[in-house]
Amino acid sequence: MLPELGHFALILAMLLAALQAFFGIAGPALGRDRWASTVTAAVAGQFVMTVTAVGCLIASFVSNDFSVAYVAENSNSALPLFYRVTALWGAHEGSLLLWILLLSCWTVAVTFGTARLPQRFAARVLGVLGLVSVGFLLFTLATSDPFLRLDPPAPDGRDLNPILQDPALAIHPPILYTGYVGFAVAFAFACAAMLEGRMDQNWARWTRPWTTAAWSFLSVGIALGSWWAYYELGWGGYWFWDPVENASFMPWLAGTALIHSLAVTEKRGLFKSWTLLLAIVAFSLSLLGTFLVRSGVLVSVHSFAADPSRGIFILSFLIVMIGGALGLYAWRAPLLKSQAGFELAARESFLLFNNILLVIAATTVLGGTLAPLVADALHLGALSVGTPYFNPTFMLSMLPLLALLSFGIHAKWKRGKLGERSRTLLMTFIAAVICAIVLVYGIYSHGKVMTPVAAALGIWIVLSSLIEPIDRIRRGISLSRAVLGMTVAHIGLGLFVISVTAVESFTLERDVAMGLGERTAVGNYEFRFDSLKQIEGPNYSGLEATVAVTRHGAPAAIMYPQKRQYWVQRSSTTEAAIQMQHGSNVFIALGDDLGGGKWSLRFQIRPLVNFIWLGAFIMAVGGGIAVTDRRYRLGRQPVAAPAAGVAPERAG
Amino acid sequence: MNRFLLPLGAFVLLAVVLAIGIRHSPEKGTIASPLIGKAAPQFALPVLTDPKRQLSSADLKGRWYVFNVWGTWCVACRDEHEALLQIQRLAEVPVIGLDWKDEDSLALRWLSELGNPYEVVAVDHDGRTAIDWGVYGAPETFLVNPEGIVVYKYVGPLSVQEWQTRFVPLLPPRRAARS
Repeated sequence: MLPELGHFALILAMLLAALQAFFGIAGPALGRDRWASTVTAAVAGQFVMTVTAVGCLIASFVSNDFSVAYVAENSNSALPLFYRVTALWGAHEGSLLLWILLLSCWTVAVTFGTARLPQRFAARVLGVLGLVSVGFLLFTLATSDPFLRLDPPAPDGRDLNPILQDPALAIHPPILYTGYVGFAVAFAFACAAMLEGRMDQNWARWTRPWTTAAWSFLSVGIALGSWWAYYELGWGGYWFWDPVENASFMPWLAGTALIHSLAVTEKRGLFKSWTLLLAIVAFSLSLLGTFLVRSGVLVSVHSFAADPSRGIFILSFLIVMIGGALGLYAWRAPLLKSQAGFELAARESFLLFNNILLVIAATTVLGGTLAPLVADALHLGALSVGTPYFNPTFMLSMLPLLALLSFGIHAKWKRGKLGERSRTLLMTFIAAVICAIVLVYGIYSHGKVMTPVAAALGIWIVLSSLIEPIDRIRRGISLSRAVLGMTVAHIGLGLFVISVTAVESFTLERDVAMGLGERTAVGNYEFRFDSLKQIEGPNYSGLEATVAVTRHGAPAAIMYPQKRQYWVQRSSTTEAAIQMQHGSNVFIALGDDLGGGKWSLRFQIRPLVNFIWLGAFIMAVGGGIAVTDRRYRLGRQPVAAPAAGVAPERAG
Repeated sequence: MNRFLLPLGAFVLLAVVLAIGIRHSPEKGTIASPLIGKAAPQFALPVLTDPKRQLSSADLKGRWYVFNVWGTWCVACRDEHEALLQIQRLAEVPVIGLDWKDEDSLALRWLSELGNPYEVVAVDHDGRTAIDWGVYGAPETFLVNPEGIVVYKYVGPLSVQEWQTRFVPLLPPRRAARS
């Protein structure tokens, strides 16, 4: 009964979303302002129906109703309750439902957030969001119904994919999707502005918090996924340039560019059409990501479910939404003119470079991701694009970006003089170079060509970001949330750059075949393979090794890497043992039985690797702080920069 | 030309590439096995109907055969069963079964209730042989030639139509003609 109720609720949700789209877009176009109240009602109804549908599916999972095909495919009676709930998004159909739920949540938030905005504009925003909802609901109902029944019911389920049975991965999809879907809001704001044919600095101020919030979620989502890959996939890497990883990274790059270009549009009324285009592109890349992951066009380790008929639907949806938005853009963007100019070394220039470089980065990632597809289409044979392409091309645009960042945060709007700041900036640069040289050659005594360069840039970003807040505190001027958020996010980026540099330059790794009692030395560490025992979990059995670790001959830790065999899916996972030791991560993964009492073991010493994810989290926290800036709050109508004379807003 | 049209143009180009990508993707999913063109993995396993007897890969050399991985716990295998029976009736090629991580009593009951499409079923209790064959999930079906080389791999429940379009063209013509 519950699955049928859920299915019905989903159909109602689609009809309500269609009403929301129609009244939201047609109302303002035809001048029927009263239709706007219908839009709000449709939003509320769609939310209730979506929550009902999700609730029904969760109830089926919790009660082990294996007559529902999706539950039978992705759950099992032995699966712990927590994973029975998160199994909801363990495969394609449920992931889509999660997409729809999150879009509905964002839409409700936007309804509250735009209550004080001009009514027609708000209705248009909600209308565009409704259109996106209709597309996804139609897609789900037509090609990916999660409520299909099995007849006869399965006696038990096939279990959740074992590699998804992990706390970080359980929460990774909702957070990542919150980011993905959040860009729909910026997209809707852009489409609404184009429908109005008008876009001003107020528009940018309304759009900024939504974009920054979505970006923060996306940052955390990507970081969680990367962290999970590090300890669960057993390879000990943190980024693989896998198509699915790229799919989440491209919208992030475009979103980062959008955040910065919105700053220019809000402060100076410039880059208007460019900002609109970025808002469309960021969401388009989110949709494209969905397409790449879900259509089976690209083969990836992450493609848990792929089906070409779904691909055709998503592609059609992509053509309608993105093609429509870009058509609207070609028609309306020429109307938006920016008059103001700026000097070469003004902040606007640096933000323009930031945008260009980020877009180049996103394009190189897109090119690398799609290259196998293009090669296949043109019958050039199978092509595999990996790290040897991505690392250097990505660095090519990132290094100048990092080098210009410190100038950008200290440059002034409009005027091309760094003024008294240039001295401070130079001092932090010299300090950063010294730190980097000491770090690279003093502590590690070796490094690659780029190591000191990248390390210096990372340190410089951290130091130069601190100049402004320290200066303000010393002078007793309050620090706005926007400036604080920007500072925190840039420090996060700096830490991220430093740690990636350290990991890429100083990682030690060895794969060895070891018997019980044997020893292996890696760097300053020595590992002794002490014992191996059987373990039993709720839905798996496995082996656990005991490895004694010594550092410089002194006992440092006892570690227990595991290898699990999940009963129902008959696949095994590697549960690496990881410990933080003196700033480095000691990583041990237990591999296969090589016979003759030998086991393969992987040892890694990765310096500062935790700061990669910590850096990403700090960036997201910075975004979160900036979102709460006073000028975005409800009910604050635009007042022409009251404090401008006292404390020039440098939030960017 | 209006420069604001450029993004739309770029997108149209991208859409064309993606459309071609979709058209090509079905084949990709089905032959993505590193085993294709390589020798079938060796095994020696007890026979389901007579556990004292052993079936080894050497016994199968010298003729075409279909290697079908299944288990009574697998819902999709039940869907596929009818198709396997029909394929067996076509008698183009013998079907060898690999009963994967299953209980013998359940497997025997399954075959007596639903009919037996297999010439012989080997029992893989611990799943080692399935791992050697790179099986990700049941059912999976392989086509092996007389030299013992894996010619084709199909993932998921097989249908007679899929058999006709994907397997039969790979067989030597005279076999397809035999009734």
